This record gives sequence, structure tokens and C-alpha cells, in this order.
Amino acid sequence: MSAIENVSRRGFLKGVATAGALVLGACYAPEILWGQQSNDLRTDDGQTDADKATLHPNVFVGVETDGTVWIVAHRSEMGTVIRTSLPLVVADELDADWKRVKIDQAIGDPRYGDQNTDGSHSIRSFFDVVRFSGATARLMLIRAAAQQWGVPASECQTEIHTVVHSSSGRRLGYGELATAASKLSVPKKDEVQLKPKSAWRYIGKGMTSYDLTDLVTGKAVYGMDAHLEGMLYASIEHPPVLGGKIKTVDSAEALKVAGVSRTVVVDPFKPPPAFQPLGGVAVLANSTWAAFQGRKKLKIDWDNGPNETYDSDQYKKELQEGARTPAKVIRSQGDVDKAFASTAQTYEADYYVPLLAHAPMEPMVALAEFKDGKVHAWAPTQNPQAVQAIVSSELGIRKEDVICHVTLLGGGFGRKSKPDYVAEAAVLSHKVGRPVKVVWTREDDIQFDYYNAVAAMYMKAALDSKGKPVAWLQRSVFPPITSIFDVNAVYGDPGHLQQGWTDMPYDIPNLRIENGPVKAHVRIGWLRSVANIYHAFAVQTFSDELAHRAKRDPADYLLDLIGQPRTLNFTGVDYPNYGAAYDTYPWETGRLRRVTEMVVEKSGWGKRKLGKGAGVGIAAHRSFLTYVATVVEVEVNDQGDVRIPRVDTVVDAGLVVNPEVTKAQFEGAAVFGTSVARSGEITAKNGVIEQSNFDTYPVARINEAPYQTNVYLVESDAPPAGVGEPGVPPFIPALCNAIYVATGKRVRELPLSRTDLGKQS
Amino acid sequence: MANAIQFKVNGVAHSFDDDPDTPLLWYLRDILGLTGTKFGCGVGLCGACTIHKNGDAIRACITPMSSLAGAEIRTIEDIGANGLHPVQKMWIQFNVPQCGYCQSGQIMQAIALLKTKPKPTDQDIDDGMAANICRCGTYQRIRAAIKAAAKELA
Repeated sequence: MSAIENVSRRGFLKGVATAGALVLGACYAPEILWGQQSNDLRTDDGQTDADKATLHPNVFVGVETDGTVWIVAHRSEMGTVIRTSLPLVVADELDADWKRVKIDQAIGDPRYGDQNTDGSHSIRSFFDVVRFSGATARLMLIRAAAQQWGVPASECQTEIHTVVHSSSGRRLGYGELATAASKLSVPKKDEVQLKPKSAWRYIGKGMTSYDLTDLVTGKAVYGMDAHLEGMLYASIEHPPVLGGKIKTVDSAEALKVAGVSRTVVVDPFKPPPAFQPLGGVAVLANSTWAAFQGRKKLKIDWDNGPNETYDSDQYKKELQEGARTPAKVIRSQGDVDKAFASTAQTYEADYYVPLLAHAPMEPMVALAEFKDGKVHAWAPTQNPQAVQAIVSSELGIRKEDVICHVTLLGGGFGRKSKPDYVAEAAVLSHKVGRPVKVVWTREDDIQFDYYNAVAAMYMKAALDSKGKPVAWLQRSVFPPITSIFDVNAVYGDPGHLQQGWTDMPYDIPNLRIENGPVKAHVRIGWLRSVANIYHAFAVQTFSDELAHRAKRDPADYLLDLIGQPRTLNFTGVDYPNYGAAYDTYPWETGRLRRVTEMVVEKSGWGKRKLGKGAGVGIAAHRSFLTYVATVVEVEVNDQGDVRIPRVDTVVDAGLVVNPEVTKAQFEGAAVFGTSVARSGEITAKNGVIEQSNFDTYPVARINEAPYQTNVYLVESDAPPAGVGEPGVPPFIPALCNAIYVATGKRVRELPLSRTDLGKQS
Repeated sequence: MANAIQFKVNGVAHSFDDDPDTPLLWYLRDILGLTGTKFGCGVGLCGACTIHKNGDAIRACITPMSSLAGAEIRTIEDIGANGLHPVQKMWIQFNVPQCGYCQSGQIMQAIALLKTKPKPTDQDIDDGMAANICRCGTYQRIRAAIKAAAKELA
């Protein structure tokens, strides 16, 4: 018995995987959908069931003669239900009966286009692609039926899973037509007609997760559950400080632990770290527990290297000083300095958000087997093509010889886009000649993360007599994500500066946005909504401070700041717009205004009677091309304990494919934001991370999470935008703004545990 | 096998004579292949490994094999073996799981809670479920599903 069989019906694969002529460079959408049947272009290895189906017009879909429809999920499932939602779009355009659809999880393969399941862009980037994929198959089935009946294809339509010739009443099922359709040439894209919106069967209505029953019966297979006969379990003692190296190691006691078979030194990375293994000593054993026990007996003397003096308290001061020092200008209009000099009233504030860990429920884990010059890896990864790249470079084999099977992910939040742990399994299997499953402990997960950047922000406004800003300066300093790829990187890159900073949307005549330099001493990575977390915290808290200062209603004041509906103009500014074309996804302040007005109405803002120690706060933010406004209600007792009875959030994400699971994403984002706000903080002394498990890095529990989160989706014909991340950024400042109303205490520094919210102080 | 520990897992008799400190979690997962019970923290802080011992919800990751003599262990695999349990049905009806990794433990904990609190209040649910972390944040659906399951079981 092998649990792997649940993951991959292809079992344990043999032979060569090569996409041959189909290999493309990295691109968001595959370009090979039309005009080629890829069945015979691959060896058996790495083929999906869709590839092997009788009718197989493109990489995403296959139809069997028994009517089974295979749809390939090429994005990773970590809880967003994308493994269901994109195939649902294919099924809609194919007019398939969802009950007869089977989903096949793709291996890592450039023929699918981009597979990095992050950045909240799976639907946005692939909606049109997979619609055409389903519609192509549908057209071929129609043409096959028309040919059989000797009638023009234009006289035929589809009903669910069936082609129909209405005037004669003839009908043929998709299974019956699969063989004939497979003999037709694949239509070109311009021959294929997509359904009108009115004919959509599933899009916009949605469907629960394909895996739902497995998820509640323990049958769902995650990376942690991958198993191969004869595999060894490995636990790795990493260098406690980033960039550390082994001076001496004594494995004698470790090897005496029952079940431990050997220890292996894993080479340290060559800077920059990127996705290389961190290095250290691996203990290999016949069970996970034996590997953990053996590891505790290792005696290692470390050379901690250059990050040994890293102290997060000291570093915080460095960041805060940096935020008060003129820095690189990334956007400017009008003359801020002149306005500050000539305006009587100015207001300034400093904000701070610490390093954050991802802490998905499933720690990092991967199983790999090196055999005959190739690696098969089973991993809970958000990015199987990055697995191919790093394993290929670590072992000096071709990318095509790295076959990455994607299991379900026990949470990801961005951490599992970085496949250092998969590279470890591959390197170890290569060294020991057996399949190796690397299992990280929770302590490993917290201490060796790619942390969301710590950030300091400085905000300053010059105000007119009514308290409205006439000049606005904002400056941030944070160690950039690019530092994991470039040892000299110290400034934020445009891709992260754009996240709620470069695109500050207020209508202010004099505006300057800056970013200062700082060096990283830990691996920095992206975490659910990334730089939006700290940028939205600073901008939306500062806005609320100005509202209270002007004795204005914060919601009214926020709407005044957003201003009249207009499209922001980023001419001359490096603004990547999340990789989307600006004319398709312009930054429209009218949409931010609308969600803000709606959340005021839906939450009963200003109308609800609040009890003692209660308060409501508001914030609005656009991220990943989605507009969100959130109202949070809090109750703070005399001891300073915070309860969150209610959250209302209004979302304009353009077209939404799967509304119910989208609402769940925003409910979850409120809980994620609660964790960040309440207790999210990673610190370091002498280069060593001080937190290690859920006791020192607490995340929100059921009694701490919002009691009720109401999510309202704006009906929209705008193209689809992100839904996994955009709920997080506005939640945190809305919560802190509510706390101000409830307690009179302004939170400028996260987490809340840093501020005494009790009555006595 | 004179000193072997005798116990049952999902109704089947087993014995164990290896390191008595071995946590039940790794016996279930690595030896029996019952992978529905998850590893989350290893120190009893997250509840992903929640199973039933003689009907009580406990953390398999901090339960040594030495404590199992005569015990009846039940895991998620057995819960729905003869048709879904009302708690599982409500988990489906309320569309609770996101990534799902913690949900075996949540369900085992919820079943145990409903045995002692057949009509749980919000406070009962907070008290009974606070040891089970869901990082995706499905708590409000968990709460609703528990209340609905309580009605189903009444």
C-alpha cells in the first residue's frame, strides 16, 4: 500500500519526462493550447489522465468514451479551492456535467504556463485560457455530432454533457462522440466561441471543493502523508544563524538511537540563499520519531558567520532612524517641502510592523527519490516549476528530469512557494540512494522561515484649516525580498513598493513617497498580502488619526481623502500594477469609494449602539487589483483583552467565479489579520530567532478570532481580480482604529501585545 | 512480547514493544499508515493530532505508547467508516475546510465536545475548541457546524 497512489494515479513513474518541443519559457499563460494534440509528444512519464483521454484537444482537458471528463488542475491547492474553481470554468465552457468531471493534479511542467500559486492571480491569469480550453473541446464534440448527422454544425447546440440537434431531436452524449471528435483537427482560437455570460452554468455560481469529503474523512493526501516503500525519514539540524557553517560535528550519540541509520552533512548555501538548502546535519532513520530523537543527540559546533550580531531590537532602531531620514523618491507630485514650510499645521507619526512567520498548519515536508539520473519529488509546493529549477541546479541534472508531483498543501500563505525543503529531500536521496522524506518540526518552521519583512514607516501631513491634507510625505524602510536573490539588495523593488505604497490613492496636490535602504539578516519572503500589510497599516491608521484630529467622522473623512471617482495616473512612476495591463485593470478610486460607502451602510456605521469599552474602526485598500473596505467592531475590557464581535467587509474583486469559497477567503483573512495584529512578531538575538512554536508565536484561536465576519461581494462585470490575499491589509488598521475608539489608545506598532490596552496605564 | 503494550486502534487489536516513549502520533502515521491524524506542533499546542482514547479527545503527539495499555483508540479514519458522522455531514454542509489539514483534529475534538455538551453554548464551543488551531481561519464555520450537528444529534 502506498499513499502516493492517492496523489498520482500514475503511480510510481518510470522512464523519461520530457516536454520536448513543448517546453516554453516562463510565461503566465501557455501558448500551446491550440492546434496541437500533445498526446504523442510526451513519453508516458508525467502524462495526466487528460493527456491519455480519447479526446484531448489541449493540456487542460480530456474526454473519455465513457463520458468521463478529465480536467487538469495546474495550480496548487492550499485552501483557496483553486483546484476546483479553475476546472469549474473549463467545465462550464465545455457544458460538462460536474458530476462526471474528474480532476487531475498536474506535475510541474512549463507546458501549463506559470504554476506559482501566489500573488492571488490564478483566476485572473487563467480565466480566459481555460475558458477557451473547454470551449475548444465543446466545439469539437459539436462538429463530430454534426458530421455524424450530416447537418451543419451551426444547427447543433449542447445541453449538459450532450450535443443536440433540436430540429430533428437527435442527441449524442459526449462519451459517444469522443472518438469521432478526436479525429478532427483542433480548431483555431478564432473559430472558438465562448459562452455568453447568460449561459454560464457554474461561473459566478460556484461549487464546493472537489476534495470536500476527503477533507473531512482524513483521506486527503498532503505532503506530510506521502509515502514510498523503503524510504528513510530525515530531520535536519540547520545552522541556527543564517549563513552559519559547521565547525565540527559529532554524530556518535545520534547514531546510537534505535532506528537511526546514518547522518549526512548538507552543504551550506552559497550566498544569496534563494531556494537553496540552508545546510546542516541530517539524521536519517526508519521513522519520523527516531529521526527527531537522533537529531537531539547531535553535537555540533557552529561558525555562525556574519549574521551572528543581528539583534532585532537594535535593527528596529536602525529602521526607525532610516524612516526619519530623507531617502529615495519613488513618486512625487507638487512641492511637499514648500507646502510643509508654508503651512501652519503639520502632523506626523511613526509606524512599525515586525517580522512575521507563515506558520501553515503543515510544516515543511517533502519526499524525493533520486534514481537513474532523475528525481521524483512529492511535495506540498505552491511552485512545482521552482522545485524543478532548484533540484536541477543542486544535483546538476536537467529540469525535465525533475518530476514534481504536487500533493495537497496543509496551508501555504507564500511559504511553500520557496522550495528549499524539497531541495533538501532531493539532495539527501541523491546522497543515500534511497527515497528520503524530510520532515520539519514546528520549531524548524518558525525559526527557518522566509519572513515577511519588518518595516518602519514615517508619515507626515500638512493640513488646511479644516484638517484636510494639502501635503503628504510617506517614507518606508524594510529589508527587501530581493535580498534573498541579491546580497546587495537594500531598497524595496517596484513589485513590493507598489503594494499600498507607490499607489497611495488620495487626491493630495503635494505628495512625496520615499523608500530607504536596509540590509537583511534573515531570509525575507512574501506572506499573504506581503508589503500591503505594513503599508496599509501605516496609511490607513494615519488617515484615521487625521480624521480624529480634525474631529471628523472617520468614514466621511476617508471618503474625502479618496476623493472623486477617477483613474490614477502613474505616468513616470514605476508601478507594475501586479503584472496586469493597466488599461484592463486601472486603479479606479470610484471602486474604492464604492466599497467604502457600502461597508458604511452594511455595517450600520454610526447607527449601531455600542456597549462600554466598544468601538468600530474602518479602513479601505486595493491590493492584487481588488478593492476592499472593512469595518471592525471591538470590545476591550479593563485588563486590555480585545474581543472582536463583528467584522463587515465589502469586496469588489471584479467577476467572481466561486462566490461561497471567496467569502470564506475573506473570513479567513480576518482571522489571519487578527493573528498578525494580536501576536505576530518574530525577533532575534545574536542572529538566532527567539520564537519556536505556537506558544511563543501564537496565532488566533476560536475564542480570539472575530466572532462573525460578514462578507459582501460587489456584483461586477470588471475582469476577475485576486481574492486570497486582499482581505488581510485593511483588516489590521480597521481593528487598530476601532481599538482607538474603544480605549483612546493609538496603536502605531504591531503586535498589540506591545501596547498596554488596559484601563490602568 | 511479554512486556508488549496491548491496545486497540479503530476496533483492531495491536501490540507494541518498541521504545515506550514513542508518541502515539508517529505509531499511527508511520507504522499503521493512518495518516488522517496530522502532525502540527509536536508539543500539544495545536490539536492537529487529536484522536479519541476511550472516547476522550487527546493529543496523539504527546501521548506515549506506554500510556496505552488496554486503551481503545479511535482515529478519523474510523469516524466515517460506516457512513458520515453528523459532525462530518455538517462540516460538509457548512463548507468548513479550506486547506483541511487541521480538520481531522477539529472534527475529533468537536465529536468529543458534543458528547459532554450536547447543547453547546458559544462559551462551551470556545472552551472546547480553543486548543485546536486553524490557520486558514475557518472558526466561524466550525462554530456554526457544531451547533447544527448538535441539533442533528439531539
